Amino acid sequence: MTGWRPPLPLVAAWLALLALLALTVTLAYLPLGAFNAVAALLIGATKAVIVAAVFMELRHRGPRIFMFAGAGLFWLGILLWPGLMDFLTRT
Amino acid sequence: MPEAKAFASQFVSTHHRDDAAELGMWVFIATEVLLFGSLILGYFVYRHVYPAAFAPTLSSARQIPQFCLPPAFSWLAPSTPSPPRRGRYASCCYPAPSCWDWLSLFKAIEYSDEYREHLVPGIDFSFDAAHGNGAQLFFMFYFVATAIHALHMLVGIGLLAVLAVLTYRAPSTRHGAALHSTALYWHFVDVVWIFLFALIYLPGRSS
Repeated sequence: MTGWRPPLPLVAAWLALLALLALTVTLAYLPLGAFNAVAALLIGATKAVIVAAVFMELRHRGPRIFMFAGAGLFWLGILLWPGLMDFLTRT
Repeated sequence: MPEAKAFASQFVSTHHRDDAAELGMWVFIATEVLLFGSLILGYFVYRHVYPAAFAPTLSSARQIPQFCLPPAFSWLAPSTPSPPRRGRYASCCYPAPSCWDWLSLFKAIEYSDEYREHLVPGIDFSFDAAHGNGAQLFFMFYFVATAIHALHMLVGIGLLAVLAVLTYRAPSTRHGAALHSTALYWHFVDVVWIFLFALIYLPGRSS
């Protein structure tokens, strides 16, 4: 094998992801009512940001790549927001 | 005969080529976001309609170590973001077989458990009468989402395996760029799993 070792930011991000995983699993067992789902999704979003910033290298990229990466989120927002509005507000 | 150039005629440099490849992969990832996003929209709609049926299912304790630890290691898999120097790309692909183990072994255990517990919609599905309809919808989402995710992992593992062989034989900047695109795809698939994990395995454990 080669002498290549993973850079420190990758290892740190991986440890952070494992810590967040432990946190989200622990929180899932606590009776927090509706906050359970909110916490799970917030932690999931945090994990996604870490993966995108470190593993997918977005933190080293400029506005052009941000726009291409953000376009996916933008359309996802359009899909979920008007898509759910009807169901969540219907009485 | 002129020597084959490292980049095609539409590019002015290898950097230009790699840049285009990266942008293209982000466009592809945006379409993938919408593919999984539409599934998740369906999940939220039916979770809103059948809140009880979408919470207590799949809450047996054995599934937590099974389904969070192996993906945790897949995060390590192609740690290529800052691509190592030429000739060393191949080492990034070695962890792929461990993910293959995860995929075949755990998915097989998981799906066969559900089959035995009559939780596969359409094949002798049975659930308590009050939540039967919602639970069928939940398990439809569960099987479709996890199977599509598994398909993506298969593709990623195949790409990594091919690139491992190619870069081992004859490393080039072109293979490095391909590996970089594959790494972006691979990590996107991990992001999908982060959300599927939160939506499928975590709800209903506190009650």
